[in-house]
Formats: sequence, C-alpha cells, structure tokens
Amino acid sequence: MRRLNFADAINECLDQEMARDPSVFVYGIGVPDFKGIFGTTVGLAEKYGPNRCFDTPLAEDSMTGFALGAALKGMRPVHTHIRADFLLLTLNQIVNMISCHNYMTGGHTAVPLVVRAIIGRGWGQGAQHSKSLFSYFTHIPGLKVVAPATPRDGKGLLAAAIRDNNPVVFLEHRWLHWIEGEVPEESYEIPLGVAQIMRPGSDLTLVATSWMVIEAVHAGKILADSGINVEIIDPRTLAPMDMDPILASVRKTGRLLIADYDWLNSGLSAEIAANVGAACFGTLKQPIERIGFAPTPCPTVRTLENHFYPNAETIIRTVEKMLGRPPMDLTGVDFFSHERRFRGPL
Amino acid sequence: MTAPSASLLSADLSLSLYKTLYMTRRCEETIVRIYPEDNMKTPMHMSMGQEAVSVGVCRAIGGNGDVIASYRSHATYLAQTEDHGSFFGELHGRTNGTADGKSGSMHLADIPKGMLGSTGIVSAGIPVAMGAAFANKQKSPGRVAAAFFGDGATDEGVFWETLNASCAMKLPMMFVCEDNDLAVHTRKSERQGFNSLVEVVRKYKCDVYEDDTNDVESIYALTRKAIEKMISSGQPAFLNIKTYRYLEPCGTMQDSDAPYRRAEEDAYWKGRDCVALQRKRLLASGLAEKDLLKVEGDINAAIEKSVAAAKAAPHPGADLLSYGVFYETP
Repeated sequence: MRRLNFADAINECLDQEMARDPSVFVYGIGVPDFKGIFGTTVGLAEKYGPNRCFDTPLAEDSMTGFALGAALKGMRPVHTHIRADFLLLTLNQIVNMISCHNYMTGGHTAVPLVVRAIIGRGWGQGAQHSKSLFSYFTHIPGLKVVAPATPRDGKGLLAAAIRDNNPVVFLEHRWLHWIEGEVPEESYEIPLGVAQIMRPGSDLTLVATSWMVIEAVHAGKILADSGINVEIIDPRTLAPMDMDPILASVRKTGRLLIADYDWLNSGLSAEIAANVGAACFGTLKQPIERIGFAPTPCPTVRTLENHFYPNAETIIRTVEKMLGRPPMDLTGVDFFSHERRFRGPL
Repeated sequence: MTAPSASLLSADLSLSLYKTLYMTRRCEETIVRIYPEDNMKTPMHMSMGQEAVSVGVCRAIGGNGDVIASYRSHATYLAQTEDHGSFFGELHGRTNGTADGKSGSMHLADIPKGMLGSTGIVSAGIPVAMGAAFANKQKSPGRVAAAFFGDGATDEGVFWETLNASCAMKLPMMFVCEDNDLAVHTRKSERQGFNSLVEVVRKYKCDVYEDDTNDVESIYALTRKAIEKMISSGQPAFLNIKTYRYLEPCGTMQDSDAPYRRAEEDAYWKGRDCVALQRKRLLASGLAEKDLLKVEGDINAAIEKSVAAAKAAPHPGADLLSYGVFYETP
C-alpha cells in the first residue's frame, strides 16, 4: 500500500473532506501560510480559496465562538491551533458554550465542529508550548476527544471527526507528523470511540495514548526480544473511550500499565485505572501502574526535558519491575529524540 | 408621559410592533404574578423596560436573520420567535419547553427560527453571531446575524476580539448593545476607562448607530437602515441603544429603592415606557381604544393558555437526563 507521513495524511484528509462537502472549511492562526501547520494545511487555500481556508486575527476565544455560530448554520468548521496550550484561551467557548449547546437546546442541534491542536514535545518548547490537556477536554460531557497515533488513523479519524454532528477536539502530537505508514488513497472513516490493539500479548496490558503509542510499540519489540509479550492498546478516541477491549485484555493478562502522554494527577490515566479497577478487581494480579509527565511544568533545557517526558525506556523499566524481571541491558538501543526522528514503519 | 411622534410606518406595522411589544411585556408581567407559586424553578433575568430594543431589532430583521441573546433573554426570544408556548413550557421545566426544561430562562433557543441561543456567560454569545454571519454570507446572502448584549459585556475581551475580527472579515454582523448603564449594580462610569463606547467603536471599520428614544418604531427604522447599509457596504453594524431595566438584575422584584438606583432616572425612563409610548401613538393615530383592548385581551388569553398548557405538561423523566449529551437524530 502507498506510504505517507502523518502530516500528509492529515492534509489529504482535509483536501478530500473539503472536496466532498462544501460546508467544510479550515481556519486558524497561520493556517494558510507557507508552513501550513507542519504541512497539514499546505495548498488548501490555493485550491479552495480564502472563504474555505483562511487566517484569523490572534483571537482564539472569539474565533472559537465563531465555529459554533457557523456550525449552527450548517457549516463544518475545522479550527486549527499550532499549540494545544493556546486552547486554554478557547475554554470558555468550548466548555461553556459548545459542549452543552445541543443539550441546552433539546438534543437535536447538530454542532459539527472540529478543534485541531498540536500537542507535546518538540525541542525546548518549555512550559507554554508543550501541553497535552487530554483531561481538560475528556472531563467535559458533550465533547469527543481524539488522539491518533498513526498516519492511517490520523486520516480516518479526522474524516470521522469532520463528519460527526458533535464537537470533536482532535489532538495531534507534533512528532507524529514525521512518521510514515500505510495510508489508503481513497477517503475513509475510522469510527470514533473504537480502540485498536497495536500488538497482541499475554503478559501485561499496556494502554498508551498519542505519542506514547509509538514509544510503546518500540518498547514492545524490545521486550519481546527478551521474552516478554505485552498487549498494546491504543484507545485512539479518549472520549468516549472504548473500554471493552481494555477490560478484555486485563482479564487475560491480569496486569495493566497505562502510559499516558500527560500529567498523571487527576488525569486520563487515573480514569482508565478507576474503570479497570472497578471492572477487573478480582482478576488483577497486582496494582495498576501509570507513567506520564513528571509532576512539574515542562522545563526547556534538554537534560531536564529528558526526565520530564517518559519514553520507551521508561516503559521497559516499568514493565520489568511489574513482572519482577531484572533490568535488561539497553546499551546501544536508539530511543527517539528530536534528532533521531522516527519515520516508521508502523 | 412623553408624547410619541407620529408614526412613519404603515398602520399595520405599527399595530404589529405593538402586539409583539405588548406580548413580551405581558409575558413578563405574568411571570411576576405567578413566580411566587414556585412552579418556575429557574433564575429570572427580566427584560422589562428594555423590550423595545429586542422587538425593534428582531422585527426589522423580519425572519431574515439569526440572533443570539444575553442571559436577559426573554424579550429577544419572544420577539424573534413569537412563541410564548414553549417559553412558558421551558420556564416551568416541562417537556413542551424549548429543551424539556434543561435550559430554563438563560438558554432559550429556537434554531429553525433563527434564535441561536442565549447565554449565561456575559459576552460569550457575541462571537457565535459572528460565525453565523460568516455562514450567512456564504450560504444566504442578505441574511444577517445579530448579537444582543448589555454594556457590561463590552468590558469583556471577547467583545473587542469579535468587533475586530468581524470588521477585518467584513461580515454581515450586527452588534446590538442594550445600554442600560448597569452591570448588575455597577455603573458604566466605574467600569470603563474611556468616555464613550461609540466613539471608540467608530474607529473600527463598521457603521455605528445610536438611539436614545425607547421608541420601538424609531429602533425598528434605525435597524432597517443599518441592515440595508450593512448589505450594501459589506461591513458590520454597531447599534448602541440606550435603555433601562425596571426590575432587579436577577429576580422578579422591583428594586427602585436600592442604593444604586437614581429616582430621577427611574421616573424619566418610566415616563417614556416603550409599551405605553406605542399604545399612545396608536390611539393618537385614530385606533379606537376598544379595538386595542380587544387586541390586548386576545394576547392575554393566549398567554394564559400557554401558562395552563405548561402547567399541564409533564416534567421530564429520568430517562431524559442523559438524552442530548450528544446529538440525537430527530
């Protein structure tokens, strides 16, 4: 099958959705410029014109309310933000207005809008350009939250998000844009709310989100070489979350590690753990473990950044500890970094 | 009582504006009367005194536009929809309301009728109207979108963001400032670091209009002019309409004796009451009082019927609690 990187897969999805449905439009700060949000919006303004792909004033709050008004009048806005941190300026509109507008108007009001934002680590992004904010949005009834991890999922989930009649927050990790994978050329949807098993295994269930899926798959291969088979599950949609495959896996393995790409405190990982704890109490062989960001603001300097973010090594060490195995020798193993960009296959 | 000028509108339109104005007033007088029954368990932010703004503007839009109201939503909702049946249903928390009682007084909406919503967050509806204006410009040229908000909302950042963006984007967006000088109990002079909002707004690429008549016909005519200009110029309109809130900021009681009120101001505005003004104009134009009483009697009876229907309708059952968190196909 044809291979594409994640950024081009997103771009192809936007192009196909705009061609399919004239009510779809893509906008946001910097969206039509020559860099095009990591390449994801490149060419759209030229192809569809300034009414369908346009820049905005630096006004995240009002331009989010704008999406609600346009959606109520039958359009399908895709509002795009180059950093998820900027979404904090949109929370009044997303949480007070958009998430509950359908509920407050009787349940039959379509609010078809997508808020796309880039999350996570670049290099030296520091405390205000690196957040994930998963639980900010998964906490709120009425919002769907999606965090794809593969080019194929990125394209198919974004198509589903655009076609959905509910508001969807679509969070893309910055480093994902470089990775390559098999992506069908034709337009397709991957339904929201369906998890994916990335690797079957029987020793331990590993639920990973967003970039941690990439780290988990990397860790899973290294662990398999030493005889440990973890079952890796990517929820893909963080809300509403498809818990059944996770519960089925934990019932099989008896062990759960959650590798979330976010802070742990009051986070999505705690929610998953609570659900699994309630449903699988009798079958768990040991306490659920979680890994995520250090409980600090994100530091800029690389030496501390490396301690702030978990990676495949963190996963390997945690799995070993959970299974009572001695730490393996990881000398010479390449872990991903800004310089060692991961490009696939996946 | 201020004497009204002779109508410049047709007799039918003058009467029709009065009917809507009277209906909005009568609905709220009914709320004042029956609120102590405690069947309407929702906070009330009453429009009383300010109705001419919503009625004048919504009737000028005449169905060819979308509006979003502030939390002081009653007059705007009633003027835009003319539907006091679902209004009283919603206030009573019944399944014949706009949202099965889930919205109450602060979130009234009827999207097919262009009533996009009402919001309890001051100023948050303003950018929503901008998005509707964008959609209308693409899909229904000539159709406008209006945001109603109080002068208090202009203290908020999103008001300025929306003013800037809609002017930059040249959208058919109408800003309707219901300028009653008050944010709850606080005067504009205590909140604003400039002397005149309209003078600041004039610096933007929009057309600015002012009204200080409390006259529904004057507001109607001004809005028509603004809409026509907006369609020809392709830039937003800003209407600053002076008005006056009769009742307490939240609740159905008079608060004329409260420390923030000014007796002269109160008397001045009640002397130019918008409903009384239009009634007087109709009588001066030759309409017989008995005919007007018949019109009013019919409206009164229809409102009583809506109240009775609301009280007879069921409250939502527990099955409706989770209904509509996500979109449901009708």
